[in-house]
Amino acid sequence: MPELLIRNARIMDPFNELDEKMDVMISRGRIAALAKELPVQGRESIQAEGMVLAPGFLEIHAHLREPGKEDAETLESGLESALRGGYTAVCCMPNTDPPLDNAAIVEGIAAKARDLGLADLFPVGCISRRREGSELAEMALMHLSEAHVRAFSDDGSGVADSGLMRRAMEYVQAFDGLLISHAEEAALSRGGQINEGTVSTEMGLKGIPALAEEVMVARDLLLAEETGCRLHLAHLSTARSVRMLREAKERGVRVTAEVTPHHLLLSEMDIAGYDTVFKVNPPLRTPHDVRYLQEALADGTIDAIATDHAPHTIEDKEKEFDYAPFGVVGMESAFPVLYSELVLAGGLDPMRLIALLTSGPARVLGLQPPQYGAGIVEGARADLVIMDVENEWTLDAKRFASKGRNCPFHGRRVKGRIRCTLKNGGVAYRLAEAGSG
Amino acid sequence: MAERRHLLDVDDLDREDMERVLDTARSFSEVLHRPIKKVPSLRGKTVVNLFYESSTRTRMSFEVAAKRLSADVLNFNVSTSSVEKGESFKDTALTLEAMGVDAVVVRHPVAGAPWLLRQWLQAAILNAGDGMHAHPTQALLDLFTMQERLGELQGRTIAFVGDILHSRVARSGIKACRAMGMKVLAVAPPTLLPPVALEGVVTGSDLDDVIPHCDVLYMLRIQMERQKEGRFPSLEEYTRLYQLNMQRLGKARPQVVVMHPGPMNRGVEIAAEVADAPHAAITAQVSAGVAIRMAVLFLLLGGSEGGEKVA
Ligand SMILES: [Zn+2]
Repeated sequence: MPELLIRNARIMDPFNELDEKMDVMISRGRIAALAKELPVQGRESIQAEGMVLAPGFLEIHAHLREPGKEDAETLESGLESALRGGYTAVCCMPNTDPPLDNAAIVEGIAAKARDLGLADLFPVGCISRRREGSELAEMALMHLSEAHVRAFSDDGSGVADSGLMRRAMEYVQAFDGLLISHAEEAALSRGGQINEGTVSTEMGLKGIPALAEEVMVARDLLLAEETGCRLHLAHLSTARSVRMLREAKERGVRVTAEVTPHHLLLSEMDIAGYDTVFKVNPPLRTPHDVRYLQEALADGTIDAIATDHAPHTIEDKEKEFDYAPFGVVGMESAFPVLYSELVLAGGLDPMRLIALLTSGPARVLGLQPPQYGAGIVEGARADLVIMDVENEWTLDAKRFASKGRNCPFHGRRVKGRIRCTLKNGGVAYRLAEAGSG
Repeated sequence: MAERRHLLDVDDLDREDMERVLDTARSFSEVLHRPIKKVPSLRGKTVVNLFYESSTRTRMSFEVAAKRLSADVLNFNVSTSSVEKGESFKDTALTLEAMGVDAVVVRHPVAGAPWLLRQWLQAAILNAGDGMHAHPTQALLDLFTMQERLGELQGRTIAFVGDILHSRVARSGIKACRAMGMKVLAVAPPTLLPPVALEGVVTGSDLDDVIPHCDVLYMLRIQMERQKEGRFPSLEEYTRLYQLNMQRLGKARPQVVVMHPGPMNRGVEIAAEVADAPHAAITAQVSAGVAIRMAVLFLLLGGSEGGEKVA
């Protein structure tokens, strides 16, 4: 592999608390040198003046649909989508068909992703067999497998049986496993379409109350406190959930949490004309919840941003509201919308945003180098992203690498764009035309 | 309303539009009393009744209305059970578009379905009931009926009683009544009220408290499945607390109007004697239905522009 020089980028690396303008030399897949001015000497170089260079992002919550729903997404299209969004590593959720509930299937998925050679893949395994919520899946065997699964979730639905959840929390401590909770009490949410409140009442759609999430967040926090298990709360959407999270952290509970870009930037007020692109679970909540989530992001209560990337075919989404599936695609829109809205418009520290996409999720998962997270230091694997923070453009879901077109930010004017993603020192994605789009 | 192409909910109409529909309906209701109950206004126009929910009454009402205006009528009934494997909603819409129909009257169990049709079709869309969301022609025919009985509606009080939460009749009815300057009450067990109070509506759960103050008592149909969902313990208990019976009617204002969108559960939300009492305007609502639907079809399909005499 030839040497590559990235010149004059502002390097922002939360792993090493680095924020400095420098040149980076990449050789044989690794960062070979890092200095104020490195000699060009005929090397291939990327002029990154005015751009930001950061460690490649880590997505800890994506639905890549393989196996079972390859018309909606495949490992290949999903991991391509990741690279375009600046992500060099992705955790895929196990609610596939069949679900990722045993060692053989997670090994198969992991091996396929390795062969693709795109972004790294860390599969999440099921908590329960067939994701049915009645018996434990073979979590230790998934952990010991080649896929080295470290996190488990029945994501897509909550674990309704408190006894099973408690036993799972006790059991995974044998190998310090992480349980990811999709907090949703089905008895409270069943049949619901959007947040229960003014908008659901006005639109005549069955509501999903905030309580459906909060009841299970409360339960899982209690179970984690009692058992000592590491717990991660996926896609938190309500102010009260965040309040409970904060209190639990203060008590010393081993808990982390993520929020999604859509819950941070959209509310139920944005649902217009029964457009199913806004149908997502948990649902878009109130403007009050949105403000609360943004504050919790800035003050450190929230550990990571995850997109809950959930591609669906056009035919599936273009249905009557009740019949359409939940979910939005997220990886290719995440950085531009977050940078535009939270950093430029909202005043969030850009280093904090990058941390929420890199070191934050790495800490959630307990990922260490060499798997992920060495950051930008000499000798580290060159998994990097270059962001053009001056580029103003219009998001166009039709041009995504993901098969999913269900992006609620489609058509939005944004500032900040992934210019280039490097994986193992190679250019894995590069924006075709400077300033195009 | 001449420039409006669709009727999706009553908030598509301002008060003036509503009065226009009601006036037009009044002239059409005279047609309905003639020996030959037919006018040529919509000759050559095609109206499709696209029904994803079986409702013989509503479909027949639209069908009669369209035929009285000399339109061609096609009935397209899709049973909900076959929706999953059958043709998609969009493909059905595109088929109708290709056939060049002029108006689609749509009834659908999912809220918002008519809004999807509007994106896919050039034809006028009439919402004949979508999920628990809206039922604008019902609201208009209810106004028509109330005006016939009470005259001016401004300042009058109406109570909607029963399953407000799941009722598109109540949702559209409340908007229409408020637009006409009426005071609106909603009475139901708390489990059958919306999670957030509807705008401008006073809600309560004590029917006996409310009855003496009302000019209109609007009884909503209670669906048996609500009991299975655990929204109230038993039909007996519901009946005891919320049925409009003769004893309760006796506490009402003498000129009170009793209404029901039909079909009634006699002996549940309404006692049989009340349904047959002179206060009840339930059959008047049915006649009003045809006149209102004639008016809406006539106004939406451009029957007004030629200055053609309505009746
Ligand atoms: Zn989930």
